[in-house]
Amino acid sequence: MKPILEVKDLNVSFEVYGGEVQAVRGVNFSVGEGEAVAIVGESGSGKSVTAQTIMRLIPTPPGNIKSGSVLFDGQDLLSLSEREMQKVRGNKIGMIFQDPMTSLNPTMTVGAQIIEGLMKHEKLSRSAARTRAIELLSMVGIPNPESRIKQYPHHFSGGMRQRVMIAIALACNPSLLIADEPTTALDVTIQAQILRLMKDLQQKTKTSIILITHDLGIVADVCDRVIVMYAGQIVETGTKWEIFRNPQHPYTKGLLRSLPRLDQRKGEPLVPIFGTPPDLIQPPKGCGFCSRCDEAMRICETDVPAPTSLSDTQTVRCWLQHPLAKSPNMAEGKGASV
Amino acid sequence: MVRYILNKFIFMFLSLFLLITATFALMNAVPGSPLQSEKATTEQIQQNMKEYYGLDKPVIVQYGVYLKKLAHFDLGISMKKRFQSVNKAITRSFGYSFRLGIVSIITSVVAGCVLGIIAALYHRKFLDNLAMILAVLGLAVPSVVLAPLLQYLFSVKVRWFPVTGLTHPIDYVLPTIALSSVSIAFIARLIRSSMIESLNAEYIKTAKSKGLAGHVIVWKHALRNSILPVVTYLGYLIANVITGSVIIEQIFGIPGMGQFFVSCVIDRDYPMIMGTTIFYAVLLVASRFLADIIYVLVDPRMRASAGKAVK
Repeated sequence: MKPILEVKDLNVSFEVYGGEVQAVRGVNFSVGEGEAVAIVGESGSGKSVTAQTIMRLIPTPPGNIKSGSVLFDGQDLLSLSEREMQKVRGNKIGMIFQDPMTSLNPTMTVGAQIIEGLMKHEKLSRSAARTRAIELLSMVGIPNPESRIKQYPHHFSGGMRQRVMIAIALACNPSLLIADEPTTALDVTIQAQILRLMKDLQQKTKTSIILITHDLGIVADVCDRVIVMYAGQIVETGTKWEIFRNPQHPYTKGLLRSLPRLDQRKGEPLVPIFGTPPDLIQPPKGCGFCSRCDEAMRICETDVPAPTSLSDTQTVRCWLQHPLAKSPNMAEGKGASV
Repeated sequence: MVRYILNKFIFMFLSLFLLITATFALMNAVPGSPLQSEKATTEQIQQNMKEYYGLDKPVIVQYGVYLKKLAHFDLGISMKKRFQSVNKAITRSFGYSFRLGIVSIITSVVAGCVLGIIAALYHRKFLDNLAMILAVLGLAVPSVVLAPLLQYLFSVKVRWFPVTGLTHPIDYVLPTIALSSVSIAFIARLIRSSMIESLNAEYIKTAKSKGLAGHVIVWKHALRNSILPVVTYLGYLIANVITGSVIIEQIFGIPGMGQFFVSCVIDRDYPMIMGTTIFYAVLLVASRFLADIIYVLVDPRMRASAGKAVK
């Protein structure tokens, strides 16, 4: 699969009162054409910052993209001027945000907010853009699009607003859609509808998707591949089957253990991950997860583990994968990675 | 929407009526009479004058007569300025205040918005600080100080502008600055704070993610969401400014409403006091009404609540 997006060695920091928060620390990943990739991790793990860096939506200052490159269609987005970047945003990359209640402009009609991008990027006339906007609204499953287009966001429910956001993001047929926690603010039934819609649209339009979430449940539904982030680093990547069936990083395992399962026996407690993520103003010298890890060894405190490939698709950043680590996980990991 | 407007309209009339009644009562409650200062009058002359102006009748009857005339938009005849109808006197002096007022309102809104937007865009940087220092100065320095200072600097020292009068366009410059300084500063501060809030809003991020240019985001998305407090303030400002400022008019020698009103009160010129007060009140209420309607036009959410409020 030809990669459409390649993020290489990305480092992003924020200047705050107490010092410099290293929100993203050396992130590498790629997204193939038509592929749906999920980035999971708890709050503050750097997933949203990564996504917003791709779109160059990080306010600088306080934000600072220290190093790395974001290759999109072979072009480094980080070296583009603001004006050139405006041609990429909304046109080649669309974005959906977390809270549909606040991410639409309350003083503009829904139609006007869709039309804006179309007129700018596709150079459509107002009436042509309007026709297209109506098509988009019906595509995202909004009934009576002809009359709804003239209404304001406050006439729409949360789920409907997120559909409008999807219509805005997909208006110019982008080759990549970044969805930053698109269902977090919605209730469960609406969540399912929105995810179903995103999946359907992806199959129709062959758009690549980066889905950022902390909900592993929705990952299984929509995505092909999963990237697990912790403390600004990628700790594990793999296909969704590898991640769900054969997680190798203690953090990934912990995340899965803390989810309720259908086959769980009644009364069996969920196992949380104890402790809190490290302070990224002074990131730990060794592995970021070390202080919360059950299987931590001495080396974990002093040295950062290098990524280890377990298969063509699965990579883990953990000392347990080192040939010298005498762990039963080792053999198991090799065996199950088929 | 129609019901909302109608509702506002009815309230507008009610408050005007209350105001007329209160003014009438207060004016009569104040000791002294318009005829008191007439020199060398006999009892008989005083009595004749009272009869002529209808002051011999009980106050309640006077009130009734006044209301009746008012219904025909007749504000009566001045008791001091001989044979002059109040309507005419107001129209004449209002012309000056109105022209200066309109210029001042436009200046305030434009300059205030520009200053406020600059301050918000360069939040906590040099330009923001500069704009806010100007705003605090504008709010803090009273026009009694500012106006003579402007006259001294720009009319006496460098002689760019005339000292007084209001005939040529250039005459407007100094009084406009003196009259607008407070409202420019006020609007700048209003816009700054609401603009900072809207620039941080999520929908601005959405607008950016659509690839819109910075100026489109500021003017189309952020400003419209930040302008509401200014619209509210505008209702008050319009009535306040176009009816004239006593101080500014005195200093720049402008024969406007402000000056006119003060002289009427000193003279106890009953019809003139009533006339100017009612005129002022109508302007105030009408501009509030206008602001309410603009409000609904700017913010579509108000349309929904405006519809509900009267149901």
